[in-house]
Amino acid sequence: MRHGKYRFLIGALAPPLLLYGVFVVSPYAQAFYLALTDWDGLSAEAGLVGLQNFADLWSDPLFLAALRNNGLMLVVVPTATIALALFFAACLTLGGGMRRRGRGVHGSGLYRIVYFFPQLLSVAILGVLFQFVYTPGNGLLNGLLGAVGLDGLQRSWLADPATALPAVTAVMVWSAVGFYVVLFTAAMESVPTDVVEAATLDGAGRFTVFRRITLPLVWDSVQVAYVYLGILALDGFALVQIMSVGPGGPDNATEVIGLTLYRAAFTYGEFGYASAMGVTLFFITLTLTALAMRATKRERVELA
Amino acid sequence: MAGAAAVLSGCVTAGGDDPAEQATGAVTDDNPLGVPEGADLEVVMFDGGYGQEYTRHAVTLYEERHPDATVTHEGLQKVGEVLQPRFVSGEPPDVVDNSGAGRLDIAALAAAGQLTDLADLLDAPSLDDPAVTVGDLLLPGVVEDGTLDGTVSFLNYSYVVWGIWYSRSLFDQHGWTLPATWDDMLALCEEIKGAGIAPWTWQGKYPEYMMDPLQSLAAKAGGLDLVYAIDNLAPDAWRQEGVLAAADAIHRLVAGGHILEGSEGLSHTEAQNAWCSGQAAFIPCGSWIEGEQQGVTPEGFDMAMAAVPALTAADALPDGAVQGASSESFLVPAQALNPRGGLDYLRCLFSGEVARGFAESAKAMPVVKGATDGLDLTSGLASVAAALETAGDNVFGYKYRTWYPELAVEVDTATGELLAGRADPEQWADRIQAAADAVAADDSIAKYER
Repeated sequence: MRHGKYRFLIGALAPPLLLYGVFVVSPYAQAFYLALTDWDGLSAEAGLVGLQNFADLWSDPLFLAALRNNGLMLVVVPTATIALALFFAACLTLGGGMRRRGRGVHGSGLYRIVYFFPQLLSVAILGVLFQFVYTPGNGLLNGLLGAVGLDGLQRSWLADPATALPAVTAVMVWSAVGFYVVLFTAAMESVPTDVVEAATLDGAGRFTVFRRITLPLVWDSVQVAYVYLGILALDGFALVQIMSVGPGGPDNATEVIGLTLYRAAFTYGEFGYASAMGVTLFFITLTLTALAMRATKRERVELA
Repeated sequence: MAGAAAVLSGCVTAGGDDPAEQATGAVTDDNPLGVPEGADLEVVMFDGGYGQEYTRHAVTLYEERHPDATVTHEGLQKVGEVLQPRFVSGEPPDVVDNSGAGRLDIAALAAAGQLTDLADLLDAPSLDDPAVTVGDLLLPGVVEDGTLDGTVSFLNYSYVVWGIWYSRSLFDQHGWTLPATWDDMLALCEEIKGAGIAPWTWQGKYPEYMMDPLQSLAAKAGGLDLVYAIDNLAPDAWRQEGVLAAADAIHRLVAGGHILEGSEGLSHTEAQNAWCSGQAAFIPCGSWIEGEQQGVTPEGFDMAMAAVPALTAADALPDGAVQGASSESFLVPAQALNPRGGLDYLRCLFSGEVARGFAESAKAMPVVKGATDGLDLTSGLASVAAALETAGDNVFGYKYRTWYPELAVEVDTATGELLAGRADPEQWADRIQAAADAVAADDSIAKYER
């Protein structure tokens, strides 16, 4: 009987593992190998160059600019998104008036759906839409500023090195918030009402309930959100490619690692060098994920 | 060094073994390129702004000449993504139109030995007249454009001319005349501004659009020596007097407030639409703009291209010299199954009959001489043909953009900064010179010379 069980297990596991090996593990392995070569992407042969590609990275101004911009996005995107999403989710679940306590603001069901809309749009469409928002002169944002008398703030948002990266980052946050509102709302709704009610009876205000009870109980979701958003912030390629001047400009203000990598591979034909960037990005992502998991680790609250 | 590299190199993929047998047929008067009897042909082309009509037209001619052959013709948007694996594994098609944003790096293809030498095609008699070779039918510069390291590796089909575009009706209405020198241009800009119209706009998101008038001014002032110095990565090439003067001339548009506000943040469509709707008088562009703006150009707009004005009265190149280059690169892969057929297909493509059809259907200049003669051209295309006529042999072009894309990226970034008013001509030149020096010093980048 035991023997049969293992045969069944192996039989069930082999096909997915094989697919995973062929389509996920082997490309990774190949990228690691290519990172050590000078492959041009077109010939069948590639010469080994050792760690030269990795050494070159640290004197490549574009890569360094990309690293800096991704670093900034890594700080801003998860923090802003999680803060906003927690705020909205709390409004949807805790924010109701005295009579709706614990059920969220009026019409919260509708808001929940509306917040999710950006998630349904592809990144490419988002990029194009926000390009119109940021259009200099008669764009939506400048028009809005003009309408409320803030003409002094009007500018070419994507063409000014000071505002280009914030403009792109804002789109990332805008598009991500909705999903995490839904995620956090679901988590908050699973917080037992008796705990909340007990706290309320003890005289806790809504903010205290949120800080002392809700947040600790949804911390697992926040942790997951942080990792996902961190990975999102390390990418940003599609938005930058579509929206930014250059792309990657002005003056490399919106250069991201994905774009530097793409250009190295497909414009310069330096696939080996590009693979080295990919491998570096892989390790950065891995390290950050591990750090984030560790730094946000808290004691688990058992509710049963 | 080379030996060590060969020892260290390994196979990237399982492919790349011995190429399949490449058949050739008997060379006769009727079959000057020796296409093997009944061999199939596969054509993969970029399906872009010029459409597929002309490449299909050439398929028809090819099929008439080789009735036994099955011809496959496919149009793609992303040529590179689809063909890269086929090149690597040694199974490319017989003819490729390597164009569009997703094209393969043609210099890298050539360096990897993936391209057939097109010399036989150039020497072959043309389809129109057996006494004239295919090479003799081509406009000046086309063979040079396709030559890498002394080998003709590809031939471009469309002839693009760069200049500054304006609306004839708008200019007639205000009584403005085209400036002959840059000083005239600046004076005219003041006049245009007086009429409540921005003198210039440009496709700010893609700074290379403004680099074209800038480098045209530089070439006119300094002549071909200046152009070659830049392309050959000569020391201080970007700090030559003519280059600095040209950058200063363009910078004067910024300093004088002659550019439509916010242009530095506009995409090419937004800027071109602003121009078409009369918000600005001039826009720099290549000759494709008429086709691109077809749907939005108002009735009676009468767009026309003018050559970039002379920088000074003492320019090295004569008046009317224009920047021109060919594009839409057709090539025959070295590992194709039927390379002789590929060459013969190109012989059909570069015939007067197909070229005339191209001018009509794609509204662009083909590289075949005299192809637009007697055709009823649209206002823009007619102005381009006239500009080419005036220029005669004085058509110049830069190569650094194709040879050294690393440098082009930095040139565009610096030009964007110049046009946004955040860098002056000196800083602009210093920045590009530093990038050019870095490319020159980088042994891993293949160098070219002209």
